[in-house]
Amino acid sequence: MKMLRKIFPSFFSLNVKSFLRLKNSLKGDYVFKLISTLFALSIFLILGLIVYELVKGSWLSIQTFGLNFIVGTTWDPAVSRVFGALPLILGTLVTSVIALLIGVPISLGVGLALSEYLPKKFGFAISFLVELLAAVPSVIYGLWGMYVLIPFLRNHIYPYLQAVFGFIPLFSGPIYGGGVLTGGIILAIMIIPTVSAIMRDLFLTVPNSQREAIIALGATKWETAKTIINYARSGVIGAIILGLGRAVGETMAITMVIGNRFHVWPSSLFDAWYTMAAIIANELLEATYDLYISALINVGLVLLFVTLVINILARLIVWRALRLTKGIARE
Amino acid sequence: MDYYRFRVVKDRLAQFLVYLALFLALVPLFSILYEVVMRGFSAINIEFFIKPTPTVGEVGGGIANAIQGTLITIGLASLIGVPVGLMSGIFLSEYGESKLSTVIRFLQDVLSGIPSIVIGVFTYTLITRSIGFSVIAAAFALAVIMIPIVTRTTEEALKLVPMSVREAAIALGIPRWKTTITVVLSSAKKAIVTGILLSIARIAGESAPVLVSMGFWRWWFAGLNRPVANLALNVFIFAMSPFENWVTLAWGSALVLILLVLGISIVARVLTRGRY
Repeated sequence: MKMLRKIFPSFFSLNVKSFLRLKNSLKGDYVFKLISTLFALSIFLILGLIVYELVKGSWLSIQTFGLNFIVGTTWDPAVSRVFGALPLILGTLVTSVIALLIGVPISLGVGLALSEYLPKKFGFAISFLVELLAAVPSVIYGLWGMYVLIPFLRNHIYPYLQAVFGFIPLFSGPIYGGGVLTGGIILAIMIIPTVSAIMRDLFLTVPNSQREAIIALGATKWETAKTIINYARSGVIGAIILGLGRAVGETMAITMVIGNRFHVWPSSLFDAWYTMAAIIANELLEATYDLYISALINVGLVLLFVTLVINILARLIVWRALRLTKGIARE
Repeated sequence: MDYYRFRVVKDRLAQFLVYLALFLALVPLFSILYEVVMRGFSAINIEFFIKPTPTVGEVGGGIANAIQGTLITIGLASLIGVPVGLMSGIFLSEYGESKLSTVIRFLQDVLSGIPSIVIGVFTYTLITRSIGFSVIAAAFALAVIMIPIVTRTTEEALKLVPMSVREAAIALGIPRWKTTITVVLSSAKKAIVTGILLSIARIAGESAPVLVSMGFWRWWFAGLNRPVANLALNVFIFAMSPFENWVTLAWGSALVLILLVLGISIVARVLTRGRY
């Protein structure tokens, strides 16, 4: 209320003078401000509706399974009609973590190359390519993953990986091509543009005095880069969490390469698995009865919750980090 | 001297790793472009652009209906998404130094972080379940995805317009709202158009929300309460199908889609060149 009063003072103090003013020259101003405020406020409505609709849609499933939905390990729409999403949650998290393990070091390298190593003009051109990579639709990554990446990994990478590390259970078992590791790799490829662009921006906001100081001490380029990373570390952590959020919600590409098999734990990194987003994409249209549909919407609710927590955390960290480094730079 | 040499070696190694990372990050881009262009090109002929989706077993066929459907869906989505995003952006930039605007900015960020499949499920429960699988539902889902992008880019574009421009207009006695529309908006026109183009490029490539809110459709546009075909969704359905003809069409559709999306991105980039 207080806030509204601040924005529209004349609606609350309708004395004759301000009323006349509102009627005459400034009428348009208030109308325009009112309209733009209403449009801006619609974000509350949208987010509220998203939460409300997903809770409403999954209510039947929540009532039937309760917390068992999150810890249950059966997904049997055909016979017993029991739904538990733990394997999906694990599949989502494990593939995302693999994506981070592969993607973060590469993104860090790209961020450093663009901000520290490459000459500025060249850096702009490469930045443009990285941004193009971010614009490629998810489904095209999936198509490429199915018909180019999978055969390549199956024929040229996985057999050697197995030959060297085969004694570890993680790398044993049959190789299909698609599977957990392939899913992680495609996710890594997809988060690299986003994460490395944020890292580049972070490194570019580090004030030059930092670089000059460490170089004056006789540091090598790498030691300078380490100082830069350390200076921007909280932002780097935020960027990584943001990448995690993106990986967790990714749907089409991972659906096309992970193999889509529901089981609690895969026998190896080459085995097929499932994720929350993939099961919604695959089964929502084929779900035939209310409880089944409700269970799938419930998966969506869990996914929403996970990504909300991850994203809010990441935004807060990145915001704070960018403001901190910028604030110091201004001094 | 030994320690010095160790540091130099470490430095060289780090430099090598940084460039290796850059190389590894760019390889997929070139591979994707190469494969999509090579495989997609062989799928393209005149029939490809004038015929609808072939039935199973039929030879040939094209993606004309998908192009039509995608344009309709994007058009409808923009009809909702552009005004809402534009006005929200105006609010944040022109009236936006309050606690409320900080909250709105934060929520816009939250919305843009919600996975598109969740937006799809939301649309499914809100719209699809009551009026059926339809182009309206898909357009709504895409509009929701569009809003935070348009809002963010509009706000940033308007903030680049110098305060003195607004002051000059107001000093001439032009009301504030007229100043915003005729002076501020028009001087930021290019950047705003860029933002809208980028958001269109983004939703043109979205397939997950389209899949769950509208589903696959093989025919031409048949009314707003029915589904339409969609390029991005075609790529998914065709790629996952066991029919060779459909897989060929998937590559062709991917080529058209990537030309559309990357073309828009490049145009947007050229439009804003010299601004930053």
